[in-house]
Amino acid sequence: MCLGVPGKIVDIYEASGLKMGRVDFGGVTKEACLEYVPDIQVGEYTVIHVGFAISRLSEADAQETLALLREVGAFEEELGAPNEIT
Amino acid sequence: MKSLDAYRDEVQVRAVFDQLARVITREWTLMEVCGGQTHSIMRFGIDQLLPKQIDLVHGPGCPVCVTPLELIDKALVIAARPNVIFTSFGDMLRVPGSTTDLFQVKARGGDVRILYSPLDALRIARDNPSKQVVFFGVGFETTAPANGMAVFQAKREALKNFSMLVSHVRVPPAITALMSDPANRVQAFLAAGHVCAVMGYWEYEPLAAQFRVPMIVTGFEPLDIANGILAAVRQLEQGRVEVENAYPRAVTREGNQPAQALIAQVFEVCDRKWRGIGEIPQSGWRLRDEFREYDAEQRFDVGSLHVNESPLCISGLVLQGRKKPNECVAFGKQCTPAKPLGATMVSSEGACAAYYRYARHTFAVVG
Ligand code: SF4
Repeated sequence: MCLGVPGKIVDIYEASGLKMGRVDFGGVTKEACLEYVPDIQVGEYTVIHVGFAISRLSEADAQETLALLREVGAFEEELGAPNEIT
Repeated sequence: MKSLDAYRDEVQVRAVFDQLARVITREWTLMEVCGGQTHSIMRFGIDQLLPKQIDLVHGPGCPVCVTPLELIDKALVIAARPNVIFTSFGDMLRVPGSTTDLFQVKARGGDVRILYSPLDALRIARDNPSKQVVFFGVGFETTAPANGMAVFQAKREALKNFSMLVSHVRVPPAITALMSDPANRVQAFLAAGHVCAVMGYWEYEPLAAQFRVPMIVTGFEPLDIANGILAAVRQLEQGRVEVENAYPRAVTREGNQPAQALIAQVFEVCDRKWRGIGEIPQSGWRLRDEFREYDAEQRFDVGSLHVNESPLCISGLVLQGRKKPNECVAFGKQCTPAKPLGATMVSSEGACAAYYRYARHTFAVVG
């Protein structure tokens, strides 16, 4: 119940006075309430939890984290670090 | 946006653990607060990749697990009433009350429905004006904006046949309770990323300082968790105590302001009892007076109930990181996901269920 799942906004509309949207979770589309991410646009990513977008996912931060981790990986390779864990 | 695969890349996860093996010089006990993270850790075998010096213990962050038995029993009584449509997230249906569970109430003819979103309960209420629709509002800070919005909307639409059985809990007071306990062993926390997506992490800064405990905001994918653990161990080894954000793609220090504003409008802080742990001051949210008419406990008088916990179950100690699930005598014997004795075996995010599902049956495996 508690896990939020990342999805991509594919449509935005209003229902019962609330900002709603359709969100694509890698092929499966579901409705979600977008009241808590008021500025979000179609094509952007968000974390959906129990039918509500709770956070906007930052593309820049996602790339930066991965780049950082790739550096860690490259660094390991250069060192020829042993793979087993002590 | 990178696909999730990037955060599940085993080579990268191993690289982080290699780094970890290099910086660690002594034993440390870390707690992941969130049951969703416990589940990821078991599912991806992160516990088995960890250096032996790290003891990763599981925290109280599963709302299904900590919902007090009294409230489950109340839910069962309300759900069994003929004029009620009882709605809930799926995990609550199998949680054992004193004598039965919501699935059995449903099997005996109760109208119990599983929802994806609390807003669905409003739709059911609009469609069934002659019935009382009750939503079981459990959850941490992550879920409070959604459940709060359902109540807010019900009032805006003047729905007369909707109410919520509220069991909302808050993380910071639970951390205070854990750290104040003389039996505490936790030296650093992996803070739950999606709780922080809503609340930010500014609330954790005074806690980290007070208890001298590093807190790392951590996501849910294997790479996120590995990264969170590495950040925690680095701080511990260097003697630093900071709140660090290892999940910046979803979390900011301030959190989600519109969500916090709605929570503050609908809920007020209250003391709350946690199943297996007991009452923790200021650890819950209840509806404010203006919304009290939507409180199912006010609408339905269920009288006083006599609760009956299994004497074998040590889920309270599991939730506080003091015991691992496989240290419980009933684990995998009298207690299995098909026939659970305690809530931590029922919920998919419960530590006992995660250990059972991913076959952490022996001490040798968890080491
Ligand atoms: S294994 Fe079952 S009985 Fe033991 S602590 Fe977990 S839920 Fe309780």
